Amino acid sequence: MTTIEDKIEESKKLGMQIVKESEDDRLMTLSVGPQHPGSGHFRFVIKVDGDYIVYCDPDPGYVHRGDEKMCEYRNVIQNIPHLERPVIHDSNNITYSYSLAVEELVGIEVPRRGQFIRAIASELNRQVYTLYWLAIYGIFLGHSTMFMWPAGDRELFIDLLEALTGARVTHAFNIPGGVRNDIPEGFKDRCLRNVGYFEKRLKEYEDIFYNNPLFRQRTEGVGILQKEDAIKLGVTGSVLRASGVPYDIRKVEPYDVYNEIDFNVQYMRTGDSFARSYVPFLDMKESCHIIRQLLDKMPKSGEVRAKLQPNPKGPPNEAYRRVESGRGALGYYVVSDGTPKPYRVKISVGSFRNILALPFLLVGSRMADMPSIYWSLNYWPVEADR
Amino acid sequence: MSHKEDAPVSDIPSGNKDPSTSDQNKVKKMSQSDNSSSASSVTRTSSSSAPSRAPKPPQTSPLQPPATQPSTAPKPATVSSMPAKKESEAPAFEKGLVSQILSRFGDRVRVAYIRPLRIKIYVDPADIIEVATFLRDTMGFDHAESASGTDYPKDNQIEVIYHLSSNTREGLYSQVLALSTRTGRDDARLPSLINVYKSVEYHERETFEMLGVYFEGHPRNERFLLPEDWADIPPLRKDFRIKGR
Repeated sequence: MTTIEDKIEESKKLGMQIVKESEDDRLMTLSVGPQHPGSGHFRFVIKVDGDYIVYCDPDPGYVHRGDEKMCEYRNVIQNIPHLERPVIHDSNNITYSYSLAVEELVGIEVPRRGQFIRAIASELNRQVYTLYWLAIYGIFLGHSTMFMWPAGDRELFIDLLEALTGARVTHAFNIPGGVRNDIPEGFKDRCLRNVGYFEKRLKEYEDIFYNNPLFRQRTEGVGILQKEDAIKLGVTGSVLRASGVPYDIRKVEPYDVYNEIDFNVQYMRTGDSFARSYVPFLDMKESCHIIRQLLDKMPKSGEVRAKLQPNPKGPPNEAYRRVESGRGALGYYVVSDGTPKPYRVKISVGSFRNILALPFLLVGSRMADMPSIYWSLNYWPVEADR
Repeated sequence: MSHKEDAPVSDIPSGNKDPSTSDQNKVKKMSQSDNSSSASSVTRTSSSSAPSRAPKPPQTSPLQPPATQPSTAPKPATVSSMPAKKESEAPAFEKGLVSQILSRFGDRVRVAYIRPLRIKIYVDPADIIEVATFLRDTMGFDHAESASGTDYPKDNQIEVIYHLSSNTREGLYSQVLALSTRTGRDDARLPSLINVYKSVEYHERETFEMLGVYFEGHPRNERFLLPEDWADIPPLRKDFRIKGR
């Protein structure tokens, strides 16, 4: 058997010059993002050997705003509008756990009707986020229809949220003590109509997208994250549930009224890109049931927010509260030193936890699988940077 | 409210440059009282009275029992008696978890609070890897949800806190155990937990750049979220002020 070294020797005898390719010649360094449209406000450096990715180094921070620092300069209510900036498409959920933590610190009891309205707004907002994410996922797998449809159907929920809160994306609706205002006249019928229509659309999504052979070829068996690895890496949300862990904060640690709601935790066992993209879809289906139940069980009348003192404050203490957002568990660690301003706020977001899986999954996979793996991680760069 | 009225427990050499003051301050920090207006003011008053841990009779204050002799470590009984005071609200399951930790580590672990679904414990930097390994292997807390730091300039300390949770044991799904430790502010160094919890990798890196805590054993103590040309002090320290504020 002739090796490359033999051939080089042979070529020298013949007066030819065969040069062995060094490893540096083979590897090419690519910087994906932050201007690349397929990366969001996020950059990761990859090295490719032919078609295979052999190195990956995430480099977030392009939209870092110092939200945690800003919290220390404002009182707990003033913090709401800027805390929702990291995920404006999921702004009710990112302020939800903050409100829960502040309520625990200050000692506020939320009125029951307020708890229901809060939960409804959060479910609607989760749909908005998941549809936006699905639209991006569709377009980066080359499926233009799957960009147009969710982006259009997202308006169903944006309209509802606009009627409810007055704003299309940044609502500032959840506040410590409840919600900002009561639901408008005729909201329930409108909500049921839109949700009913959306459920029909979900069947069409399944036909055109999830049962599309091209889509399945590009996602099935791609970027498999085993259950043990998923747990070790500490991923959360749909990424964790796609790897076979039925972990949903709404179920395991029910906040507000979720312990009265009957729903199932959606999860799959395969852990590939397909599962990670299908679990949010199943969540959307389940969320429609949750919205119906919330509308049914909501008290007909009552207060929607608790009376607060002008500058709410509690004794020196700390709290850690979580909710299930569109990207998984979203926790707030709030330390109070007895003044109206928080002493320290740490936002533990799903996106920041999920990027740890990106180098793990990308290294060893093909270049063409990069978008299907990256976007399946349900990663929102702005939220991770905070 | 967290009440911790025990003395520092051991003289195990910590990673700090100045373990004496930091240990002492740690205890004082934990001995907050309910009617205090702010946590930091309490610590300031108490620490000003005790500049060193050198021989000091334990008569100074009932709030800070002998923070002096390392040999007079309090017995674990006092530690576990703390939650018993608030028996009305400390739930049984969480108490069981804590007693499991305490039976293994005794007075090397100090309990800050036990609440429904939430536990917070303090350990010395020298013990943190051992305690974390025990929490992972025996107790089942298999990943860290977050690792963050809080700056306490009044005590000249930085507290690093790991929120641990479980995805393998269903009984622990809703529990969050906060494992925290403190290090001196001037030369902030802590052992990294990356070999115990892979999930802390980016969180520790963020804590390094935001608070300036160097994690020994972490492969990359370097910039992560901040701009590449960042040339100021770590921004989450309290002496970094936002311009115009």
